[in-house]
Amino acid sequence: MNSPLLRVKDLTIDIPVGGGTLNAVRGIDFDLNRGETLCIVGESGSGKSLTSLALMGLLGGRIKRTATQMEFDGIDLTKANNKTMRALRGDRMAMIFQEPMTSLNPAFTIGNQLMEALLLHRNVGKEAARARAIELLEKVGITAAESRLSQYPHQLSGGLRQRVMIAMALMCEPELIIADEPTTALDVTIQAQILRLLVDLGREMNMAMILITHDLGVVARVADKVAVMYAGELVETGSAEQVFNAPMHPYTRGLLRCIPQPGKTERGARLGTIPGIVPNLVGGVTGCPFRTRCDQAVAACRDAIPHRKPAENHRFRCVHETGHQIAETAV
Amino acid sequence: MSTTETNHPVLELRNVSKTYTVKQGMFGKPKPLKAINDVSLSLNRGEVLGLVGESGCGKSTLAKILLGLEDPTKGEVRVDGEVIGATDRRTLARRIQPIFQDPYSSLNPRKSIEDIISLPLRVHNIGDSNSQDKAVRDILDIVGLPQRVMRTYPSQMSGGQRQRVAIARALIMKPEIVICDEPTSALDVSVQSQILNLLNDLRAEFNLTYLFISHDLAVVEHLATRVAVMYLGRIVEESSVGGLFDTSGHPYTQALLKSVLTPEAGKGVPDTELGMEYPNPIAPPSGCHFHPRCPMAMTHCASIPPRPVPTPEGHVECHLFDSENDHNTGAPLVREGV
Repeated sequence: MNSPLLRVKDLTIDIPVGGGTLNAVRGIDFDLNRGETLCIVGESGSGKSLTSLALMGLLGGRIKRTATQMEFDGIDLTKANNKTMRALRGDRMAMIFQEPMTSLNPAFTIGNQLMEALLLHRNVGKEAARARAIELLEKVGITAAESRLSQYPHQLSGGLRQRVMIAMALMCEPELIIADEPTTALDVTIQAQILRLLVDLGREMNMAMILITHDLGVVARVADKVAVMYAGELVETGSAEQVFNAPMHPYTRGLLRCIPQPGKTERGARLGTIPGIVPNLVGGVTGCPFRTRCDQAVAACRDAIPHRKPAENHRFRCVHETGHQIAETAV
Repeated sequence: MSTTETNHPVLELRNVSKTYTVKQGMFGKPKPLKAINDVSLSLNRGEVLGLVGESGCGKSTLAKILLGLEDPTKGEVRVDGEVIGATDRRTLARRIQPIFQDPYSSLNPRKSIEDIISLPLRVHNIGDSNSQDKAVRDILDIVGLPQRVMRTYPSQMSGGQRQRVAIARALIMKPEIVICDEPTSALDVSVQSQILNLLNDLRAEFNLTYLFISHDLAVVEHLATRVAVMYLGRIVEESSVGGLFDTSGHPYTQALLKSVLTPEAGKGVPDTELGMEYPNPIAPPSGCHFHPRCPMAMTHCASIPPRPVPTPEGHVECHLFDSENDHNTGAPLVREGV
């Protein structure tokens, strides 16, 4: 168990568009051990969902994915063909999507959809699959599990549907779960319950989890590792403590100033803002993608940006050694 | 107007109820669904009332009643002391305007920004085209959009810009009250803070009164001056923002506050102890509607509905705070199947 379960090096995703190529994700690296939770946080369009689809081999045919290394438990995903990927998906790696209403099939019962992966991947009979489905529905906290099997998705509330999605992803005891904004559409109370459930189950089954979200509160509470993504690049990575207690990249610091923090931000005071908009990623992107919105930007930001390593496992990309223009005046 | 906060409520709800009839199945008997159940509220000029609660608690129904889009089944709504329903929709629309959640679906994609913002003026026949044009230019300045966007269409704008257009459209009628229904929940973090700052500035500049509906308690705490907590059509607690967030009373409010995920590393995900799912509003639990999920529930909570108990800055509906109630034996309720 010394080598990580998932290792990604220099993952790049290019999308051909009318005016050229959209460099959606540019050279990102990360790895993930069993039992660990990685949170990828970023705003819309930063490429975080594309990254997860790339891992699952679910990108559309026109989208070009390259990587120097992309290994899942020794299996080279860059060379894996459709058959290998189909065998992995739903079995050893599973995905939980954001919208439980659109990602469950309205025409099939909950039971049918739950049992599908197990019947496909494992040599089990219908009765065993049914028993496993009931067991998992109970595990995710659904009462009267047996009667739910014959229900259709529209008969369940949003929170219940999301729990069904989680149960479905867990059917084959996957080693890796990718959850793309699993709680964004839910109430805060349900959000807390679902996140607790995911964290507890992850620990219990020693699963690795990639959680994709834009909610910094979720990240801080759930992540072992955090990756901050901006315009297709990982601008800062580190442990949750490192990224939240000692953020280095100007974008990470800017994001944390934008949200009202109970007990810290004065009520009604002005919140921090990040002016400007995300750059256009069509046609070669050079230098730091954040420089147009950054209050620390200098001329050198147009050139190659060094990788910096302020502490073990803590990395960020910035021309400034401390993330600040002049370290002495640091806030 | 240079009026600051006065004691005269600009908006008042008196015992408002809204009951829908829901048919269950093709042959099922229609059943009443109490979306709003005897709600009284008052809002002074310049205040921001944060309205929080889970989906299905009646927040949006309340907003619709205030906008005149639904009539209350019982009770009355007063704006500046005048009963609405007696006045017509047009008069009401001049005083209350909405800002909706999703700026992608709330703007007509086939109309230019100028058309979208000036539509209220045209509907109400205010001014000629020259003065309407000037009004649009002025309001664009106020919400921080460049003049050149007048000829563009919503599809050419970012989410934050669209929400600024929605704010401009609401403010062009110079309303007294703005109903903000989750105005920032569809936006990115960095854009959300810009819109919240803008709403705060506009309130100060035009002495606006907001009803701010949101599920994000951190945002409500930041922007609101008063907070009302809704559960199954009832306002179970209402207080000043300090009173509610610093010394919350109702167990449901406490659970909501507990579920806020502040960005603090290493704290883990809180346990709200709410146990069960949100109840079915067609068959609400007996007694206190919250008792099946309440960690503090006592025996009589299941049978006797709590009455509103006045607090220093508002009210709370919970037996724990009702000292005159002789049922208050303090015996804990045994909950099953949590």
